[in-house]
Parts: sequence; C-alpha cells; structure tokens
Amino acid sequence: MEILKQIAQCLEVGDDAVVPPLVRQALAEGIVPKTILDEGLIAGMNTVGEKFRVHDIFLPDVLLAAKAMYAGMDVLKPLLISAGVSSRGRVVIGSVQGDLHDIGKNLVGIVLKGAGFEVIDLGNDVAAEKFVAAAKSQDACVIGMSALLTTTMPVMKEVVDLLKKENLDGRIKTIIGGAPVSQNYAGEIGADAYGYDCAQAVAGVKKLAAAVL
Amino acid sequence: MEAITSRVGRGQVLLADGAIGSLLMARGLPRGAAPESLNLSHPETLEEIARLYLDAGAEIIQTNTFGASPLKLANYGLADQTAAINENAVRAVRRAVGERAYVSASCGPSGKILQPYGDTEAEKMFESFQTQMQALIGAGADIICVETMSDVSEAQLAIQAARSVSPSIPVMATMTFEATARGFFTIMGVTIEKACRVLEKAGADLIGSNCGNGSLQMVAIAKEFRKFTGLPLLIQANAGVPELRAGQVHYPETPEYMAEMSRDLIRTGVAVIGGCCGTTPEHIRAMGKVVDEEMQKRHGLPVD
Repeated sequence: MEILKQIAQCLEVGDDAVVPPLVRQALAEGIVPKTILDEGLIAGMNTVGEKFRVHDIFLPDVLLAAKAMYAGMDVLKPLLISAGVSSRGRVVIGSVQGDLHDIGKNLVGIVLKGAGFEVIDLGNDVAAEKFVAAAKSQDACVIGMSALLTTTMPVMKEVVDLLKKENLDGRIKTIIGGAPVSQNYAGEIGADAYGYDCAQAVAGVKKLAAAVL
Repeated sequence: MEAITSRVGRGQVLLADGAIGSLLMARGLPRGAAPESLNLSHPETLEEIARLYLDAGAEIIQTNTFGASPLKLANYGLADQTAAINENAVRAVRRAVGERAYVSASCGPSGKILQPYGDTEAEKMFESFQTQMQALIGAGADIICVETMSDVSEAQLAIQAARSVSPSIPVMATMTFEATARGFFTIMGVTIEKACRVLEKAGADLIGSNCGNGSLQMVAIAKEFRKFTGLPLLIQANAGVPELRAGQVHYPETPEYMAEMSRDLIRTGVAVIGGCCGTTPEHIRAMGKVVDEEMQKRHGLPVD
C-alpha cells in the first residue's frame, strides 16, 4: 500500500501539513484507521526513533516528526474511538532524571499513545515513590522508566524494590530504557523488561500489559 | 584584577574549578530539589565549596546558578526568587575568594526548546536570560559563563542577554557535544564549525566545550575548535563516563590522568581548563600542577 509508505515518509521529514491530507486520502481509499495508524504513523515514528538513536538525525527532526504524528493522530482519533478500539491499558512513564535528553521517553510516550495506551507522563526527575504512587492511583499496569545518566539509574531499582515490598509486582510491571541501561541491568535489578529502542519499548509494554490485564 | 580576557590574550592558561553539584549532594542537597534553592537557604555551603576549589588552585570559580534563569526556576516554583538566588550565589563566591579569583557566573540551558521545534519564543527566552544576567552582573560577577548548551541559538540569546546588561563584561560560552560516526554534534545537531561561527558572532570572548565527554574526547573536540576559531578556548571535561559499581556511581578518570590530558589540551591551545561532572578539588589541584609546568615551558623557564 503505497499511501501508507508515503505517510510514513512524510512523517519522518516532519511535514505536518501533508500528513493529515494523506491520512484522509488513505481513509478514502478504504484503509481501516488501525492499519493507517500502525503501518503509516507508527511505522514512520519507529524509523525516526531508530535514526535518532544512531545519530542520523537530531532532536529538531524528532520534534518535527512528533508534530506530524500528532497532526495525523488528530484525524484518526475520532474514528478509532467510534470503531471501538478500546484502551490497551494505562502506562506511567517518566525519566528518573532528565533534561533535553528525555526525548527518548517522550518518543515512547507518543508511540504508546498511538498504539492505544493511556499514557501518564510524570516528566523528569521522578522519584521512585512518585512512580509507584501514580501507578497505584491511576490503576496503571506498566511503569516505564528512562535514565540518561548512570548517576540516576539506581532509582530504577528503587521502583522495582518498592513494588515488591508493597506486593504490587504481580499487577504492575516495569520496563526500563535509556542510553546507559541494558538488558543485563534490567535482569540485575529485577525489572520485567528492557527496551533497546522505541519500537522495542512499545513491543515490551504491549507484552507486559497483555500478561497483566 | 586584570581581566581574564587580557590574561589569556597574553598567552596565560587559567585554571577553573570542577563539579559543584556532587559536592552539594554530599552536603545534604535532597534529590529532586533545585540545586539553586541552597543559594537562599545555605549560602555558607556555597562559600565552603568555593574555598575548596580556591585552595586547590583554581582562579576561576563558578557560581551555583546553572539553572537559575526564571524559565528554569519556574519548574520548582522559584521564578519569583530569581534575583535573590543569583545575587546570593555571586556574593557567596565573592566572600570566599575576594580578589584572589574570578567569580564566573554560570548560566545553563533554560530547559525549553525554541520555536519552531518547541513552543518557546526567542523573545521570551531572551528576557529570561536577561533577568538572570541583571542579577549576576549587578551583584558583581567578573565573567559570565554560558554553558552546557545544545542549541546554538539559545547560547546566542544568552550571550546577547549578557551583553545587553553590560557591553563590557567578558563572556565565555561552552556547548556539549556527542561523538558520532559522522563527527561531533550536539543533541540539537550543531557541529563544532557552526558553534564557532555563531558563538563568535554573538560576541563571546572565549568558547569551547564542557560536559558529556571524558578528557580524551575533549582533546579531539579542542582540536576541532582550533580549526574553526581564533578565539581562546575553554574546556571542562567530565572525569570520564560514569559507571555503576555495586550500585555506586563511579567516575573513572583519576586526578593524575586528567592532569596528563590537560597537557594535551594546553598544547592544543586551550586557555581555560577546568572540570565538569565527577571532578573534585583533587582533580583541579593535579591539573593546576600541569598548567604551571606548561606555562614555565612556554615562557622558557626551567621546570622545577
């Protein structure tokens, strides 16, 4: 389906004027909203995440692509809702400490929203207690944590430990990501999953949510 | 005191200080609090840290005002205290160092992203920096240090804000680069060539890089700067890339290692050398010895 590729490509270059008309065109061609979302918008955003990770593109490109993604989402959202595509669950995300570099976390949030999750973004400098309290009060099934500095990684372990202490580790799962974090580190601290990049993080959240709900 | 710009113009290399944040945390700064909130509650802690670096031989001592622009302070509900936070920081360092060292007023990123990529207007960001600069310069800072910038337009606004308050105050500006397969870029995609061009045009007196990298990469970064600018250079490396050891954060570069790397930096033509994350007064002391040795060699004096 040529039009979906075109949507993904226009999203990648951040053309927020062209993405919405293309989405409407795809709808007119009879493609269902869910397919446009997955194979157009999210596919494009995944490519953006990957290119950002390998320094092929930089933050401004990502921010423009995100704007284009939201522009496309605005067209699809009412249709997805009326088609009865229900929420896949709630996810609490945040950076254990951050600055501009929290873009990785923001990207994951955008794609999770696109994928049908309700996302509660706690922002930067989020303490362990705050992650757990938010997940409890919002009835979230997954906590996603990003660390950009090695110095702040220990907060991730605090969250995992706190969930265990409160006997919540059965119904609230954890996934971690960020430059200094690894699969090994996830294993070491007892986190339920690790996301190497945006696409992997979203796939991980889907799997965890499906297991809990 | 002779101005920094005049001294580096005569070929001198000046020693700046090292990390402040880690020393603040060791003195009880709670995680999640604005480091600048201590400027209101514990100015004596700032004096103590300034004295540690002064005793280590640093001649340029930074103020604890990295995140003290009103745009950034707003995250902590402290924007209305901008003037007091900045003034207290300058005065605390001045009380500690007198005229024995320069008070270098730190100005870090606003945490906002300029339009069209983000939602912040250039004018609003300029006003935020200008408010901070008025307090810093009004309280008697000797030099402004715009630092750790990723967006060169933001750095430019900060430099212009300083100049709008005082046309004559010396200004240093550093950006933070990442090594990629295609060379050095900031996270906003700025190359060293572009940084040189824009920072120079904005009127900075010294330019360079801080944070993000250990000493070895910083030597490469300094060489790249040298290709594109004739301005004196300023380099503040991290003590390497931090590692976790048994749950504790550890910066791998020792004072001795960083001191030896300083030799390469000085020979590349760096005029101001200091440290960033993970560096301590011991690192600065060791680097100071190398600065002295290199200065004696440069001026043809025997090294003792």
